[in-house]
Amino acid sequence: MKSRAWLAIAAIMLLILSACTSVDDSDGETADGGEDTDTAETDDGGEEEPADTGGEEEEPADDSDDSSDDSGDSGDDGAVAQRDYRFVVVSHGQSSDPFWTVAANGVSDAGDDMGVTVEYQAPGTFDMVEMSQIIDAAVASEPDGLVVTLPDAEALSDSVQAAVDAGIPVISMNSGSDDFADLGVLVHVGQTEFEAGLIAGERMAEEGVTNALCINQEVGNTALDDRCGGFEEGLDGTVDVIPVDLADPAGTQSTVEGALSDEIDGILALGPTGAIPTLAAVENVGSDVALATFDLGPEVLTAIDEGRMLFAIDQAQYLQGYLPIVFMTKFLDTGALPLGSVDRVVLTGPQIVDAETAASVLEASEAGLR
Amino acid sequence: MSTQTAEPPTTTNSGDGSDDERVRSQSVLTRLLTRPEFGALVAVVLVWGFFAVVASDNNFISTQTTAAILNRAAPLGILAVAVALLMIAGEFDLSVGSVIGFAGMAIMLLVSSSDVGGLAWPLLPALVVALVITAGVGFLNGIMVITTRLPSFIITLGALFVFRGLATAIPRTVTNRTQLGGFDTIPGADAIVSLFGRKIDLFGARFDISIAWWLGLTLLAWFVLSRTPIGNWIFGVGGDDNASRNVGVPVTRLKIGLFMVTASAAFLVALIQVASFGGADSLRGELQEFNAIIAAVVGGVLLTGGYGSVIGATLGALIFAMVQQGIIVTGVDGDWFKVFVGAILVVAVVFNNFIRTQAQKR
Repeated sequence: MKSRAWLAIAAIMLLILSACTSVDDSDGETADGGEDTDTAETDDGGEEEPADTGGEEEEPADDSDDSSDDSGDSGDDGAVAQRDYRFVVVSHGQSSDPFWTVAANGVSDAGDDMGVTVEYQAPGTFDMVEMSQIIDAAVASEPDGLVVTLPDAEALSDSVQAAVDAGIPVISMNSGSDDFADLGVLVHVGQTEFEAGLIAGERMAEEGVTNALCINQEVGNTALDDRCGGFEEGLDGTVDVIPVDLADPAGTQSTVEGALSDEIDGILALGPTGAIPTLAAVENVGSDVALATFDLGPEVLTAIDEGRMLFAIDQAQYLQGYLPIVFMTKFLDTGALPLGSVDRVVLTGPQIVDAETAASVLEASEAGLR
Repeated sequence: MSTQTAEPPTTTNSGDGSDDERVRSQSVLTRLLTRPEFGALVAVVLVWGFFAVVASDNNFISTQTTAAILNRAAPLGILAVAVALLMIAGEFDLSVGSVIGFAGMAIMLLVSSSDVGGLAWPLLPALVVALVITAGVGFLNGIMVITTRLPSFIITLGALFVFRGLATAIPRTVTNRTQLGGFDTIPGADAIVSLFGRKIDLFGARFDISIAWWLGLTLLAWFVLSRTPIGNWIFGVGGDDNASRNVGVPVTRLKIGLFMVTASAAFLVALIQVASFGGADSLRGELQEFNAIIAAVVGGVLLTGGYGSVIGATLGALIFAMVQQGIIVTGVDGDWFKVFVGAILVVAVVFNNFIRTQAQKR
C-alpha cells in the first residue's frame, strides 16, 4: 500500500515533468544555443552564427564571410538562416479569443521565416497586473527583443520601462498607439483605434443609422473604449455601450436581445467574440438593424458575404504579430527600423471588408491567417 | 485552553482513546512530517529545482527572476494568508478577487478629481473610508453566513458577482470608464506610493515593497494563529464550531472578524496595486479568490477546516508564483500555465494527505 502510493506520486510527478519538457522541446526547435544573453553584437561573432546559406533576400550586412559552412539548418526548409535571437511576445489577448490565435500565428510564422526563437505569452484573464508580471518575468529571462501590447499603458509603463532600461529593444503592437513612444518603445504596429471607430461610425451613418449599440467584450481595454468613442463621433448619433463577457456567448446573446429595442437601428461589435452572438441575437429577434464588427473570422466573413452583416473593420492582426518579429530581427541585424511616419506607427488598419471583398479573404481566415 | 500551544488538533483521532495521544512522544521526523506546511516546503524545493534545471539557459537563477517571482507572490501571499486563517476556521471567501477590484475603484473614485467624475477627497480620509467600506464587505459576508446559516461558499459566491458588478457598474455610471488612472498626481500620493507601491533596487533587480507587507502579515498571522488564544479559537471553530461555542469561544464574532480580515487583505492588495500601477481597473483581481485558495490548499490547509498553517499558505503562494514565472522564463507557451497549476494542486494535496496519514500512523 505504502509503496504503491509513493509510486503513484512519482508517476504523477514524472508526468508533469515530461509534459513540460516535451512542450519545451517542441517550442524551442529553432536551436538557440546557450549564448543568447549578448544582444546586439551578433555581427562579429562568426562561429556561433549559424550561417546564412547565401543567396536569399536577407540583409547584406553579414552573409559574406561564412556562407560555406552551413551547420544548423539541415532540417525542414533548409533555406532559412537560423539566428541566435530569442524574442518574447507578451499580449493581453485571452487564449479563448480567436482574434489572438491569428496574431499568434503571425508571430510564430515570422519566427520560422526569420529563423529566430519566439515565445508567445498572455495572461489568463484581462489583467494588467498579471500582464506586467509576465513582462517582468520575460525581461528577467534576458530576451534579445520584446514585443508587447499596451492596452493600459499606465499600468504597464513600469514593466516596459524596465525592459527598455535593461537595454532590451521593445516594439509594441495592436494597442498602445497613443502611449508607446513615451515608454521608449521603438515602433508601434497596429491601427489607431479612435480613427478605426470613426470610420465604422461614418460608414454606419451612410446607412442612415442614428441610434446604435457598441458591444464591448473586453471591458477595461482602453483601445475598445476608443473604438466606441470614435464610433459615436463618426456616427454623430447616440451610442450605448453594452458590456458583455467574451467567454459567455449565450449570455452575450441574451444581453443583446435585451438591449435591442425599436429605436436601435445599428450595432457595432468590437470583435468576433461579441459579433457572432450579437448576430444570433439580431436574427433571433428578427430585427433588421445594421450590424458591423471589428476584426474578421470565418463566421463574420460568411455573414458579410451572405448579406447578414454589413462590414467588418480589419486591422490585419496577423501582420501585427508578424511584422514586429521581422522588424526586431532586422533591427538587431542592421539597426534599421521602419519609422514610416512622424509618429512611428506602422498602420495595419483600419481596412473595411464588406460584401464585395469578404469572399476573397475567407480562405485565409479559415487558415488562421486573417 | 488558552495556554496550550497551537499544534493543530488532529480531528481524525481525537484525544480520549486508551492510548493517550496527547502525551505520546513523537520523533522529530514525525513531528516535521505532520506539520501542515511540510508538503509545501518540499514542493518549493522541487519546483524551484525543476525550473533551475530546465530554464538555466534563460537566466532562471538570477536576482531578476527571483524578484519577478517574489513580486508576483507578494499580493497573492497577502490574500492567501488571510484566506488560510478563514479556511482553518472552516469558511470560504470567494469574494476576495472581486473585492480587490471594488476596493481599488472605491479608492480611485474617492480621490479622483471631479472633472473625471470623482469626489476629489483628500487622500487620507479617502483611504480610511475606502478601508471601512471594504471591511464592511467582509462584515456583510460574515453576518450573512452567520444569520442565514448557508454555506459561506454560496454567500461569498454571490458577493463575488455583486462586487465585481459594482466595481464595473459604478465607475462606468459615474465616470464613463472602467479604468481610473492618475493616482500619482493626487496631493500626498507620494507617501502612499512609497509605503505601498515603491520598488527597491537590490542586487540589480527591483523588488516591490509589497514583499515586506507579505512577510510582515505572514509573521503576524503566524503569531496570532500559534501563540494567541485567538489562534486556538480558529482551529477549534474549524474543527467543530458547536463544540467551540459550548466551551465559550465567541464563534460569531470570530468568523465575522475573519471575513473582515480577508476583505481587508483584499483592500491592502488593491491599495498596493493602485500605488504601483497608478490607478484602478474594474477587472483587477479576477480569479485571485481561487488562486488564494489554491495557495492555501497547496500549503496544507484542509478544505474542511480545522487544520493548516499560514506559513504553508505563504509557501503555496510562492509555489504559484514560481510556476507562473518559471513557465514564462522557460519559454513554454503561457497557455500551459493552468495545466501546471491544476496538476500541482492535485499532486500537492495528494502528497500532503499521504504524508499526514502516514506520519500519524507511526
